[in-house]
Amino acid sequence: MVPLEHVIGLSAILFAIGILGVVVRRNLIVILMSIELMLNATNLAFVGFNRMWPVFGGEPSLDGQVFVLMVITVAAAEVAVGLGIVIALFRNRDSVDVEEASLLKW
Amino acid sequence: MLRWIPLLPLAAAAYHGVMLAFVRRPTPRWATIAISCGSVALSFVLACVGFWKLRGLAPESRVLVDEIYTWISAGVGDQAFSSDLAFALDPISAVMALVVTGVGALIHIYSVGYMDDDDREDKGFQRFFCYLNLFTFSMLVLVLADNLVLMFVGWEGVGLCSYLLIGFWYSDRFNAYCGSKAFIVNRIGDFAFLVGIFLVFRALADLGAPSVGFADIEKHAAQMAAMTLPVPAWMPFGPDWSLVNTAALCLFVGACGKSAQLPLYVWLPDAMAGPTPVSALIHAATMVTAGVYMVCRLSFLFAVAPEASAVVAWVGGVTAIFAATIAIAQTDIKKVLAYSTVSQLGYMFLAAGCGGYTAALFHLGTHAFFKALLFLGAGAVILAMHHEQDIEKMGGLHRRIWRTHLVFLAGVLAIAGFPGFSGFFSKDEILLAAYTSHVPGHQWLYAIGVATAGLTAFYMFRLYFRTFWGKSRAPKALRDHMRDPVAWVIDPLWVLAFFSIFAGIVGLPQAYGDWFRGWGVEESNSLAKFLAPALAPGEPHALAHSTEYWMALGTVLLAALGAALAWLLYVRRPELPGRIARAVAAVYRLVLNKYYVDEVYDAAVVRPLVRFSDRVLFRGIDAGLIDGAAVNGTARTVRGIAANGLKYAHSGLTQGYIFFMLAGAVALVGYLVR
Repeated sequence: MVPLEHVIGLSAILFAIGILGVVVRRNLIVILMSIELMLNATNLAFVGFNRMWPVFGGEPSLDGQVFVLMVITVAAAEVAVGLGIVIALFRNRDSVDVEEASLLKW
Repeated sequence: MLRWIPLLPLAAAAYHGVMLAFVRRPTPRWATIAISCGSVALSFVLACVGFWKLRGLAPESRVLVDEIYTWISAGVGDQAFSSDLAFALDPISAVMALVVTGVGALIHIYSVGYMDDDDREDKGFQRFFCYLNLFTFSMLVLVLADNLVLMFVGWEGVGLCSYLLIGFWYSDRFNAYCGSKAFIVNRIGDFAFLVGIFLVFRALADLGAPSVGFADIEKHAAQMAAMTLPVPAWMPFGPDWSLVNTAALCLFVGACGKSAQLPLYVWLPDAMAGPTPVSALIHAATMVTAGVYMVCRLSFLFAVAPEASAVVAWVGGVTAIFAATIAIAQTDIKKVLAYSTVSQLGYMFLAAGCGGYTAALFHLGTHAFFKALLFLGAGAVILAMHHEQDIEKMGGLHRRIWRTHLVFLAGVLAIAGFPGFSGFFSKDEILLAAYTSHVPGHQWLYAIGVATAGLTAFYMFRLYFRTFWGKSRAPKALRDHMRDPVAWVIDPLWVLAFFSIFAGIVGLPQAYGDWFRGWGVEESNSLAKFLAPALAPGEPHALAHSTEYWMALGTVLLAALGAALAWLLYVRRPELPGRIARAVAAVYRLVLNKYYVDEVYDAAVVRPLVRFSDRVLFRGIDAGLIDGAAVNGTARTVRGIAANGLKYAHSGLTQGYIFFMLAGAVALVGYLVR
């Protein structure tokens, strides 16, 4: 059985890659993908923890895995909205560079 | 039962208040009249019942108490202070309640006629009666209260009603100004009064009886006399003040404000801006005597404070003669009466300070009758003259308004001390009290009293002759249509005239009592005997009756001289006063302008205060510090920081925001897992 430390380690690495992508990349599509990566990193952690503690409060529990399904659903919706914004931005500006879209400021 | 004496007028006032505030349709006149006059008349009946009950008791136990509930309760154990909402009827308050409700009821009736044409769009008629009822209520609370705190409630209440009624015709700014002046000057006195209450409370608390009830003050007065009040050593008479003297002086300053004594008398002449029934009820018969009543009510305290009593006597005496000299030169019929009131109140304080509490209360009662009569008579004259108050424009009225003339004459004779009239006996008692007292310089006080009696006779007869005799100086159109006022106005005057003449019987001194034996006067000094258990024992005067006769004769002769002089100057040789005035022009101007006291106060107190308020308090502290620095300053500072630095954090760069979010999240997590 894969030990919990490995699962959490992989999750952390994936999450860090996601953050890095969000912070340093300017392409909006890549940023969206990085966000997906972070969501999946958390999914991995959920699953890992659920496997580690399958019984909660004296009863068998699948809460962690149920949560993952929830996150996947939300992520799908988020991607739909995100991509919609990206398309709208591209139509207006001919670019998906986030630094181009910085008019809302002082 | 006792509680209904003040509560009835309050109920009437509340009814009027509700009708004025919430009901647009005007209340029918008859309802206003019936409720207002009826409530006060019923109070009078109840006061009479209480009075008879009191007379049925043994002299030592003559007090009826009606405790409604415990009003203030604080502290525990033997330091527990409690003050009841309780009314007490003892001989003093019984006499006062009778005067207040009796004279009050008559003046309510009179007002129906006097305020007849005041039914304007703001429902002035009902508003007037609302205030008048509220005043009666407050005055009765003041009189019937059985402790200082409740008395203070009434004390403030009458001040408020006085303010409301002086400024009753508020559309004239001057009237509103006079109302404010009365209120503010009274407030100065009230402050001292409050300090006096605290001092009394402190003394009683130190004696183990934390209370401000009159009964407790009476019980502990002798012990309080020895107590001292530590003050900083540099203060005059320091470092230990006599507590009773300090407390009594503070209370007396309160009385000075309410009863218009030097130096706080200035509001009373201006209070004449109110309608005449108000001047009669509040500024002559009842409210202004509250100070005298208070001193008599606390007679046990003042009796053990000889220095304070001496101050009371001297302030009273000086006020009496000071105001009397001013009254000589006034030409406004109500102003003359106002200064006369100040002077007569001075008389009462003179008596109270000399230990003649009975004499003070006796004069208070008779003065209430004849001064109310004089004011109401003046009101009748003013009505007949179509609201002309200047006696220079009157003259020769005795034939045209003979009823008013007769009752007014009764009042003049009473105040001048015509033998047999009520004022004669009460004034005599006061002079006797001054003559026999041990106040420093009491001979001078007696001399002042006698001189004031002469002056009083002079200026009252001057007023009388100037108004009712000589050639008419009124415009011809007015002269031909002059007639006595309606029955509402004139009938209460007959009653008051009756009492002005005969009220002296209740306090007939021993020296005269024997003369009237068998004429329905069984005992002399009955008022004094009735009041005695409730007052500190005065100094017994053992004067031979013949001495009393000679003293009375001297006073009467002086008064007669004053009256004769007035007749000579204003009827026989009317050109003389002008020549005299020209001969001593400087003195005349000084007196005519009331010794410029108002101007001095204006320059010394009012204007500096207004300037200080305007420059420092308003522009400096309110506009500058609070509005400028605190309120707007905060806003300006925040805006400055935001506009010059903070706004650049809002870069518009998404990744910048994400970075800060991340940094925040890291910091938070770092803090939590530390």
